[in-house]
Amino acid sequence: MKPSKTLIYDGSFNGFLTAVFVAFDEKINVADIQKNGQGQNGLFSESETIFTHVEKAKRVWNGIRNKSHNAIANVYFAFLSETEGVELMLYTYIQKLMATTLGKQMDYSDGIVLFIDQLAKKVGREKHRMEAFVRFQLTKDDIYFANIEPDFDVLPLISKHFRNRYADQQWLIYDVKRKYGIYYNLDHVEMVSLNLKEIHFNKIHKSDAFLNEEYDYQTLWNDYFKSTGIKSRINPKLHTQHVPKRYWKYLSEKKEAV
Amino acid sequence: MNFERIREKLNILADAAKYDVSCASSGSDRTNKSQGLGNASKMGICHSYTEDGRCISLLKILLTNHCIFDCAYCVTRKSNDVQRAAFKIQEVVDLTINFYRRNYIEGLFLSSGIFKNADYTMERLVTVAKKLREEENFNGYIHLKSIPGASDELMYEAGLYADRLSVNIEVPTISGLKLLAPDKKHEDFTKPMLKVKNEIVRYKAERKIIKSTPKYAPAGQSTQMIVGASGETDKDIMYSAVHYYKNYQMRRVYYSGYVPVADDMRLPAIGSQVTMLRENRLYQTDWLLRFYGFAINEILNKEHPNLDMDVDPKLSWALRNLHHFPVDVNSADKALLARIPGIGMRSVDKILKARRFRKLNWDHLKKIGVALNRAQYFMVCDSRHWERRDLDAEKIKGMILQTSTGKFRNQYSTQLSLFN
Repeated sequence: MKPSKTLIYDGSFNGFLTAVFVAFDEKINVADIQKNGQGQNGLFSESETIFTHVEKAKRVWNGIRNKSHNAIANVYFAFLSETEGVELMLYTYIQKLMATTLGKQMDYSDGIVLFIDQLAKKVGREKHRMEAFVRFQLTKDDIYFANIEPDFDVLPLISKHFRNRYADQQWLIYDVKRKYGIYYNLDHVEMVSLNLKEIHFNKIHKSDAFLNEEYDYQTLWNDYFKSTGIKSRINPKLHTQHVPKRYWKYLSEKKEAV
Repeated sequence: MNFERIREKLNILADAAKYDVSCASSGSDRTNKSQGLGNASKMGICHSYTEDGRCISLLKILLTNHCIFDCAYCVTRKSNDVQRAAFKIQEVVDLTINFYRRNYIEGLFLSSGIFKNADYTMERLVTVAKKLREEENFNGYIHLKSIPGASDELMYEAGLYADRLSVNIEVPTISGLKLLAPDKKHEDFTKPMLKVKNEIVRYKAERKIIKSTPKYAPAGQSTQMIVGASGETDKDIMYSAVHYYKNYQMRRVYYSGYVPVADDMRLPAIGSQVTMLRENRLYQTDWLLRFYGFAINEILNKEHPNLDMDVDPKLSWALRNLHHFPVDVNSADKALLARIPGIGMRSVDKILKARRFRKLNWDHLKKIGVALNRAQYFMVCDSRHWERRDLDAEKIKGMILQTSTGKFRNQYSTQLSLFN
C-alpha cells in the first residue's frame, strides 16, 4: 500500500479543487487536506504542498457538475462552511459520487453524503438569511452600506442576488468577521477590503457618515415593525427562532432590544 | 418629507393593516428590467419577523382607514371610534422605494378602507402600482387588494401592474356574511376574483403562442377567511377553501384566527381565547390537500365535521384507517409513503432516493429525519423489530401522546396540573 499523504492548499476553493485533481491524478492515498498555515502533520504521513492551478480546478468542477448539478452546489456550499476537516469529507464525497453507477442519485443512507447535504443546507440557510437581514444605510457618499457577520463565508453566494436586485444604486456589504466586502459600482461587483474605523451596527448614537434622512427612515421602519405586531399573540420563542439573537446587532428594528 | 406627519400616518395605517395575514412574496419571477430597481424572488424572502412570529416581507399598509362599510369583525368599520388617516399616493410610493432600497422589504402590500365607492378606491390602489412600475422602474413585488365590487376594467388594469391580487372572503359561509357584514353581497367578492382568474388563464394561453406577452398577476390570487367569528365548523371552512382552490385557482387560502376587536353581541367577546391551535390544524389540513394528495372528504366529512385538537389531521386520518397500514417503506409508492404519519414530503423524497442503494432500517430513517415516535406504528422496514402487537386506534393514540410533547397541550388537556 502507498504511504498516505497530507495535501496542503492555499485556502481558496480553486486550491481545494486542484488538490482533489492531484489526488485523483496521482492516485494519492490522502490522509488529510489542509489549509496552509493551519497544517498539522500526521505522525506517519508526509505532506505535499499543492499550487493552485485554475485549469485543473476547472476540470474537477466540470467533472462533478456533469455528474450532478446538485452535487457541485453541495460541494461549493459545504466548502464555504469553513468547518474544520470538511475538505477530507468533501474528498470522500467526491470519490463516492464518481464511483456511483446509479446516475445522478445520491445515497442519503450514507453518513458522509447525508452530512455534506445537511452542511450545504446550513450554508444555504445562512445565505438566505443574509439576503433577508442585510440592512443598508445610506452614506453621505451615496453608497448603501451594510455590515454583516455571518456564520459562514456567504459573501460569494449572495453577490449575484444583490447585483440583480439593486442594479441602480451603489452598495457595499462588508463582512466584519472575515474582513472583506463586496462593492457594486453600478457596473460590476468587486471585492474590497477596508480599514473601518468603527463598525456601524445599531447604535442609538448617530454616526456622521450617514445622512439625517437615513435615521428618519430607520425610525419609520422601527415604528412599522412595532405596529405590525399583534400584542395579544406575542411569542418570543418563535420570534427568536426566526430571527436568532446573533443577528440583532445589525437589524435596525431591534435597536432597542440590543 | 414631512417626517412627523408621515410617521403618525404610518403608525395608524400599518396598525390597521396587520389583520391581513398574507405576507407572501413568493411565486413571482419578475426580473430586473433595464438596470432598474428590484426583482421578485421566486421563493420569497422574509426580511424580519414580528414579535408574534409572523413574517414581515412586504410593507403592509392601508391607503386609508376611512371606510363606508360597517362589518362587525373589522377594526376600521364605520362605527368604530378609531383615529383615521389617509396616505397621499406619492407618500406610499416614496416609502416603498426607500424601504426597498435599504433591503427592509420585498415590496408593497396595499389595501384600503373603502371611501366613496369601490371603483374610486380601486383606482387609487392601481395608480400607486402604476406609478411604482412606470415612474420608478420598480420591479419588486406588489400585492394589491381587490376591492369587493370593483369594475372589471379596473381589475384588468390592476393585474398588469401587480404580482398578486387578493379579495378576502373573511366569512366562509353566506349566512355568516349576512349576519356580520350586512352591507356586502357575496357576489361583490366573487366578481373581481372571477375576472382576474379569467385574465390569468387568457394571458397564460397567449404566452404559449407569443412569448413576449406581458405578465399578468404572475403570483396569482389569494384569499383569507376568519376562523372562529361566526360559529362555523372546520368542515364548512375547508370545503369552502377547496371551492376557491378549485374554481378560482387560488394560490393560497389563509386562515386567520379571529382576534376580537369589538364588543358585539354577534361575535366572541374581547379577550376571549385566540384560536391558534385551530388555525394550526386548518393549515395542516390545507397542506395535506395541496401537497400530500389527500382529498377533503377523507379528512373532514359528516361523521367528522371538526378536526381533532390533540393530534394532527394526518395522524387522525391514519388512526381511522388502520387497514391501510403497516406500509413497507422499502417498497411502497410515493403516494402511500406520504400518508404515513410522521413522514413529510422531504423525507419521502430522501427515502425514494436512498432506497435505490440499500434497504432502509430504523437508523437510516431516523437520520433522514422521520418522526419515528409517530411513524413506527404505521410502517415496517428492513429490521426484525416492528410493532407486532395488534393495537387499536385508541391505544396507539395514547402511546403517541405519552411519548411526545406539544406546545398547545395544556390548552385542551383534561388532566389537572399539580402545581399552578
